[in-house]
Amino acid sequence: MADILTTYGIPFAIIVAQSLGLLIALLLFTAYILLADRKIWAAVQLRRGPNVVGAFGLFQSFADLLKFVFKEVIIPSSANKGVFLLAPLVTVTLALSAWAVVPLADGWVVSNINIGVLYILAISSLGVYGVIMAGWASNSKYPFLSALRSAAQMVSYEVSIGFVLITVLMTAGSLNLSDIVHAQSGHYGLFNWFWLPHLPMLVIFFISALAETNRPPFDLVEAESELVAGFMVEYSSSPYMMFMLGEYVSIILMCAMTTILFFGGWLPPVNIVPFTWVPGIVWFLLKLCMVFFMFAMVKAFVPRYRYDQLMRLGWKVFLPFSLFWVVLTAGVLVGFGLVPHHG
Amino acid sequence: MIVSAIAFYVFAAIAVAAGFMVIAARNPVHSVLFLILAFFSAAGLFVLMGAEFIALILVIVYVGAVAVLFLFVVMMLDIDFSELRQGFLQYLPIGALVGLILLIELLLVAGAWVITPEATAAGASPIAEHVANTRALGQVLYTQYVYLFQSAGLILLVAMIGAIVLTLRHRVDIKRQVIAHQVGRKRHEGVELKDVKPGQGI
Repeated sequence: MADILTTYGIPFAIIVAQSLGLLIALLLFTAYILLADRKIWAAVQLRRGPNVVGAFGLFQSFADLLKFVFKEVIIPSSANKGVFLLAPLVTVTLALSAWAVVPLADGWVVSNINIGVLYILAISSLGVYGVIMAGWASNSKYPFLSALRSAAQMVSYEVSIGFVLITVLMTAGSLNLSDIVHAQSGHYGLFNWFWLPHLPMLVIFFISALAETNRPPFDLVEAESELVAGFMVEYSSSPYMMFMLGEYVSIILMCAMTTILFFGGWLPPVNIVPFTWVPGIVWFLLKLCMVFFMFAMVKAFVPRYRYDQLMRLGWKVFLPFSLFWVVLTAGVLVGFGLVPHHG
Repeated sequence: MIVSAIAFYVFAAIAVAAGFMVIAARNPVHSVLFLILAFFSAAGLFVLMGAEFIALILVIVYVGAVAVLFLFVVMMLDIDFSELRQGFLQYLPIGALVGLILLIELLLVAGAWVITPEATAAGASPIAEHVANTRALGQVLYTQYVYLFQSAGLILLVAMIGAIVLTLRHRVDIKRQVIAHQVGRKRHEGVELKDVKPGQGI
């Protein structure tokens, strides 16, 4: 009995504690990322943004949380009740579970699996189910149209994200996210990171991440001028909040992935003493916030795409170009003997 | 070991139960959702066997792409559920017959299957303990089985082109968007400035 406790009990307790810590930190971070998103959007439009709850509106997200939780959950009479309530749960669970493999700093990862990139790809490819299930179960026109749009959109951009990941993991020689960051360390600091050799892939990944997370200018799934609020029309109170939470958590995940794949994760930009003293988590969060700032600015000043343009961009521009870049990367790596050997 | 045994029975039981619910569920969309649950449990079984690469490929390809298309199609079907129920007993004997034949064939294959000595030797070719799943698969796929792998890829390519050719129709009576023309438009083509005299109009 004591044997089972030491083999399974203690590691299990450690994993639970790590997951809970990560979850709480992530949810707090999401609350402030949401506030930052609104503040940046407001600043671009010369507004003040939320500024009433707490100093500078710092507690606005928590006020919103209380408001959502205390409202009544309304389920439409013709909705398919089980699937209707399952959809927001699926969305938020998938968004949170992807964080298990994301290394926040050297060794700061709940599950350091060898196929971290594949895991992220698998989890993000499941994100579409929350939207489809919500759209179908609502039994209403706008959510259904939105579900059809999202199914096509998210599957399309998954493909180019997959090819971008392949170029990066060929250069790093590993599917482990920590190893991908380690592969970017070197004497030249930020010029060793993958954004320099893979600059076109960075652009494609950034735009595909916008489309994958239904951020403007690709928010055709919830285009309020056409579909009211898309798949979220029939949702209220806590289920609605769970959709918003899942959406923002997956946006932060995409920012973290951009950081890890192209901006060296927790590595300092310059390998000189004052910079190397700063702990890795600080660099990671700084880079993540920088990428998120770009996400927020794009939302603020880019008009929405037309649907046929969205499909054209995904299939006729990004897919051929990223495929070409995969072949080019493989050719360069083999031709110049740069294929990484480890693990 | 006992924990992995419990995990195996949990995953296997969920897979079988979900598989049963695929055919037993009243609503076709629920059937597809149960199918997804079955895929997931199968992926869990692969992880237990130490084949985590195949497990995640199963999730990405089947759950992330194939089942999405299933759901997409089934959602758009306009089905009368009572009519669907009526046919159930009528088709049950045929379905049971097909299932029985499949089972017998599987048993025959499993019983008569003898591994040739050459293949046994190849199967025993050493893959070092510490080599990761992905690397081990790649080493086998791109060396020993490279021709089979490439021809499988070619067959898939031909199938894809065939599907596109079968569904592609060139319609002349619709207006097509040519993005190059739309982007290439200049200001003087779209906007014309007129000097309007007061009180006269154009």
